[in-house]
This record gives sequence, structure tokens and C-alpha cells, in this order.
Amino acid sequence: MAYPSNFRYTKEHEWVEVKGDVAAIGITDYAQHELGDVVFVELPKVGEKVVAGKTFGTVESVKAVSDIYSPASGEVIEINDVLHNTPEKINTDPHGAGWLIKVRLANSAELNGLMDTAAYEAYIASQSKEASA
Amino acid sequence: MESVTTPAITELRKTPLNAVHRRLGAKMVNFGGWDMPVEYPASGGLVAEHKAVRSGVGVFDVSHMGDIRIHAERTPGGALAAVQYLSMNDASKLAIGQAHYSAMLYPEGTFVDDVIVHRLGEDDYLLVINAGTREKDINWVRENTRSFDCAVEDLSDAYTQLAIQGPRAIDLLHKLTDANLDLIKNYWFTHGTVCGLKNTLIARTGYTGEDGFEIYVSSDAATSEMVWNKVMEAGREFGIIPCGLGARNTLRLESKMALYGHEISDRINVWEAGLDRYCKMDKGDFIGRAGLEQAKAAGLTRALVGLEMVDRGIARDEYCCCNESGEVIGVVTSGSPSPTLGKNIALAYVPPAMTGLGTPIYVQIRTQKCKAQVVATPFYKRPKKTAAPQAAANV
Repeated sequence: MAYPSNFRYTKEHEWVEVKGDVAAIGITDYAQHELGDVVFVELPKVGEKVVAGKTFGTVESVKAVSDIYSPASGEVIEINDVLHNTPEKINTDPHGAGWLIKVRLANSAELNGLMDTAAYEAYIASQSKEASA
Repeated sequence: MESVTTPAITELRKTPLNAVHRRLGAKMVNFGGWDMPVEYPASGGLVAEHKAVRSGVGVFDVSHMGDIRIHAERTPGGALAAVQYLSMNDASKLAIGQAHYSAMLYPEGTFVDDVIVHRLGEDDYLLVINAGTREKDINWVRENTRSFDCAVEDLSDAYTQLAIQGPRAIDLLHKLTDANLDLIKNYWFTHGTVCGLKNTLIARTGYTGEDGFEIYVSSDAATSEMVWNKVMEAGREFGIIPCGLGARNTLRLESKMALYGHEISDRINVWEAGLDRYCKMDKGDFIGRAGLEQAKAAGLTRALVGLEMVDRGIARDEYCCCNESGEVIGVVTSGSPSPTLGKNIALAYVPPAMTGLGTPIYVQIRTQKCKAQVVATPFYKRPKKTAAPQAAANV
């Protein structure tokens, strides 16, 4: 699966898509593959604040719970609540219909350190190499 | 998000089929010091594997488990005496070719390990033990059988053990063996030619709650791979897929089978774990018997129950259990979504007063207390097949 070039990526395998001062956040294809079939998603409520580097929810497979870290600080303005009943969208379309939350950014400069597509692809290639050593 | 898999470390032990699992693209995990497949994404992953076992057949590499043979040396009866002392179930009731579930206990009546005891011959027993407790168990057996006239052999590395599980397991195995599988009742075993290998142990045992067989073949890589490939080929028409430890866990949880370190441990006794029926206090002395008498007299302070989540949320291992007032009164030993039931289930230790069916128990899931209720176990029982004869598994 392609890693959209207009997204930015974190070391914890979240992606961010910025439009103006709103950021959509999700987990990457690499992350959903690691996790396995997603069965449960826990998201914040609209109006809650998220803080860069802190967890804002969880994505769970049968086997594992994964905390999701926010790449940026801001206020949650929208959540993808179809994931309540169809969490598998995170597996089938992690970069699109599987988005998790939208945040009005408090400080878009926080996103400056994130990886672009090339950097992220190199990053996950190095992770996979370690894993199969 | 946090990493969910552990990168392979060269110090991890590997079964003879390790290369096969990696070739199949399995997600590998460190289980008790072993580099084991947790699921195989290429053939569908955990949920698909679980469903394959419940509806068709799946195959597990369980070679990491251990095998200890105890047999007579000079005096006939020396091995039985040793097994009777080590094991809480009554091995004198086993016929040759029969196996039963049991456990080895510490003097306090808590668990060294659970075990399947197989009677191989007149005075010849095979104990199949857990992977994570291999060394501890063999030392325990050697230490505690010094005064018995028996020989103890650690055969753990001698076998590749495959668990072929599911309603079609018997049909699969029929294609690979000359043994008359219909004559092997549940928890019985035989020796036969499997994939051309003579004298192969074929046991109608398993850890999934389905019908199935475990076969024990020579652990050299060539033999192991040959048998694995033949099993996969023979199972193709029944929809076989390779199954990992993830599905192994969800299957045994639904069937309420204990996992060492979770429902049973060196801090939990037989009564608390609800394994009374495998403990024959009247058979004579065994390690742990006195401790169990004392524990019984002192009364139970906790008991194992099944929980089903009522509120949205998944109870998982080690999550706290609370009462309606929010006080911590117990702990989840194993918890997971149940692929067969479509519910979130768990096993937990709670006070005896809270073990009644329907009792509300609140599981602490991160910042919230989520309501669950006590339900009957096993959570899943396989449909009765009129064809398969069911001998008493509770010997």
C-alpha cells in the first residue's frame, strides 16, 4: 500500500494529513499489519484536548492493545465513529476510511519533525529488517 | 503505537519447524524463551486460524512443549509409584494407551505445572509438560523421584509435536496413517505409521476444545518438514491453515482450559483453580496432598470464574476486577475477544461470594470500570458428534 506523499508520519506509526489548521490522524498500513484484525477502537470525545506525544486512544486486535499517540496538540473536532461498529476499516483502508480523529491544531510547528513518505518507508524497512534477524 | 511483536534474538530457542514458519511469513513472538509463530497473516491471521479449527482443521507446531518419560528400572511398579507421588491424578486408573490431565504440585498444593500423563506400557509413562517450565519440571521430577526405582528421561528435544485440531482432523489424519483412528477414544493414544514413519505416537489430545490429534515425530528438520508438508497437503481439501499461539490461546480460553502462569501458578492451589476433579485425594500420598488438606480446612478465599463483558470493552490478562463500590476484589487471569462467540470473555479470580452466575464484576480497563458478569464455563462446548466415542476424559 502506498504512503501518501502529503501525509507526515511518526515513529509510532501514526500518519497526519494537514488541511489548514486541521489535522486528520490515523495509523499507517504498517501499523495495522503489525496489529492484525482490529476488533475495538477507543477514541476521545469531540471537544477533548490532545497533547503531542501523549496517548489519545487505543486500537485493539484480538491479541493486543495499542496506545495511539497524538503527533500534535489541539482540540478534537471530529471522530470517526463508524469505527465503533466497523473497526476493520482500519485494516482495509488505514490511510482513508480508517482515519481516527480530526484535530484543530494548537501549534502546527509541532509537526515539523515528522517524517515524509521516503523517510517513513526507510524507517519501516529498517524495522522489518530487525524483526526478521 | 507501541510495537506488538518482538524482534528475533539469537538466544531464543527454536523448534525444528522455525524456518517453515518464517517462510510462511508468520508473525513471530517470544513465548517462554521460544521463537514461536503467533499468527500467519498470509493465510488470514488469528481469527481465520481460530475459525478454521472450529469448523475444519488447523495445525499447530507445539514442539516447544516438553516430554518426560518415567519408566521402571529394576522393580516393576517403580515408575507408577513415582508418577503417583508426583502427580495429583490417579495414574493407577490408566490403561496402557490411555492419558489423563493432571498436575504436579508443590507441598503447599500450588502448581509446579499442569501435565498430560500417558501410560505407554506396563510401567512406562510419558508426561507432556509446558514449554516455559521445561527445565523446572525436569529438575522437579528428578529431585522427587530419587527414592523411587525408575528411570527418568528428558525427551523434550527428541520430538517435533504437531497438534492437528478440528472436526476434520480425523479425516486428515486418516490419509496419513494406517492406524485405526476410530478406535482411539478421546484422551487415548496409539502408535502407528504416520507419513511412512513407524511407531509414531498418535494421541487424541489437544488444547482447543475440538476433536483432534497430537502426533510426535522425530525432531530432525528433514522429518519435521516432511510431516508438516504432508499434513498441510492432506488438509487442503478441509481448508487447513497453519495456526499460531494467538489462536491457540483464544481456542483454549473459550474452552476454559488453564494456562500456566495465568489460571494456575505456584501461587494458586487446586481448589482455587477449580481443578478438583483431577485431584484424587484418596489415592494415597502425593506431593501437595497435605497442603491441599490444610487449604481445604482453611477455606477458599478466591475462585476462578468465567466473565462476559457487558459494557463495551475488552478485559485482558492482569486487569483488576472491582465490586460495585469500586474496590479491587480480584484479577483477570486471561481475557480476550472470543472469535466464536463474538463476545469479550475472560477468566478471573474473585471472592467465593461473587461466583454466582450473573454477579456483576467491574473490570478496570485503563481509566474506566467496565461492567462484566459471571457466566458459566466453558464458554464454548463443541457439538456432540454421534460418531466419535467419548471415553471418560476425567480419569
